[in-house]
Amino acid sequence: MTHVLDRPATITTPAKAPKRKRLGLGKPIPYGRVLGPALVIAVWSITSATGALDPRILSAPWTIIQTGFELTANGKLPESILTSLQRAALGFFFGATAGTVLAILSGLSRVGEALIDGTVQVKRAIPSLGLIPLLILWLGIGEEFKIVVIAVTVATIMYLQTYAALTGIDSRYVELAEAVGLKRTQYVRKVVFPGALPGFFLGLRLAVTASWLSLVVLEQINATSGIGYLMFQAQNYGQTDVIVVGLVVYGLFGFVSDALLRIIERRALAWRRTLSG
Amino acid sequence: MATHAVRVKNLTRQFQQRKVLDDLDLTIAPGEFVALLGRSGSGKSTLLKAIAGLDHDVTGEGTLEVPQEVAVAFQDSRLLPWLRVLDNVELGVKPGRGKAALEEVGLKGRERAWPAELSGGEQQRVALARCLVREPRLLLADEPFGALDALTRIKMHALLRELCAKHRPAVLLVTHDVDEAIELADRVVVLQEGRIGLDLPAHDADRTHLLSALGIGVAA
Repeated sequence: MTHVLDRPATITTPAKAPKRKRLGLGKPIPYGRVLGPALVIAVWSITSATGALDPRILSAPWTIIQTGFELTANGKLPESILTSLQRAALGFFFGATAGTVLAILSGLSRVGEALIDGTVQVKRAIPSLGLIPLLILWLGIGEEFKIVVIAVTVATIMYLQTYAALTGIDSRYVELAEAVGLKRTQYVRKVVFPGALPGFFLGLRLAVTASWLSLVVLEQINATSGIGYLMFQAQNYGQTDVIVVGLVVYGLFGFVSDALLRIIERRALAWRRTLSG
Repeated sequence: MATHAVRVKNLTRQFQQRKVLDDLDLTIAPGEFVALLGRSGSGKSTLLKAIAGLDHDVTGEGTLEVPQEVAVAFQDSRLLPWLRVLDNVELGVKPGRGKAALEEVGLKGRERAWPAELSGGEQQRVALARCLVREPRLLLADEPFGALDALTRIKMHALLRELCAKHRPAVLLVTHDVDEAIELADRVVVLQEGRIGLDLPAHDADRTHLLSALGIGVAA
């Protein structure tokens, strides 16, 4: 304001705004999530260097890195990784295909539902790893057996998620499809499948985690190759460094596969991104 | 040309023991705009769904003469979130006319948008465009503006009037808003206990009279 007041303006002390105590957690610490793991590695390094941590319990971090390089140089690690990856990939591929096909048959027709859904729901109650003794009798302990166990695990999860997604289409969209006179094939292609896609991707991500779990179990009970076998042998010789290298590889498998699926999911479900962003 | 767009005769619909529509008759002339008022639970939506052929597993009888080219507008815009705006408009029809329809509702250039990127009013415009491309002889609208804010609703009223004047479909608009009925319709019909309780031209319709027919006494 530019005009001059002929009287001094009365100055009122502003009423104090009530200050409420914050109950939420407040701002996150920058890079906070890295702090915990970094602290663990620091303690691990110090105790290893001072000799407080016996290498027979856990090797030093630098020993593990060195072992990782050695195993890579002599070809043992790449060979084991390849074997393990092949098992998981084949099992996942067959399992995901079978689970999805069954879910489509069951989700799109009442006859399919009557034949398939009850059967899979019974299977769901039995953990897939519990089938191992029976499958060994049928298939032996070769590669086939391992791939089948992983496939059964993956198929069950894929079926359950995809079937739920296919049958859970919002009834308002069904009514719309009827109102605009869609033919059944158009209805399935434009309403049911795209609507079920989020559930399908959720299934993929759960299934990929489960496939690694099955792989770890399988490779440690009766394998003569693969990452799990490498770790099992190391256990016999007390090589904690090799065991940790194996664990790191398993961790990377899980992390990379989930990240890949997330990228694909984000592209396939581009229409959803706008909801959150 | 037929003398009527819709003819409903002796229509009965019941849920369990309760008769929702009881021997109802209603005729709508070609190009006529009829507003259907009624208290909630009076059977407005049931009648609309019966005419649209969307009531499965419902018991009832009666004759319905309805044209082939019917379009339905719902209270929610009911766009498929995974289809782009243009694909939503052209859902179930041969592609090609969607762009022009979007231009008519004032959404030129938004063909490639996802429904979630539009405001509520814009989404309802897309739903209107989806009705338009069907070149309907009958437009059934179930409280299409019920979820919109007052300002957007006024704009949508003007748009609907303009589109109806141009394309001349017969319209059955279900609404609970007496003013909306008087403003938009040629004829106002009130549903009472499963039958048509009141049926009069909109220019004769009087707000107080309609409200009392809906069971609301208004102090003068």
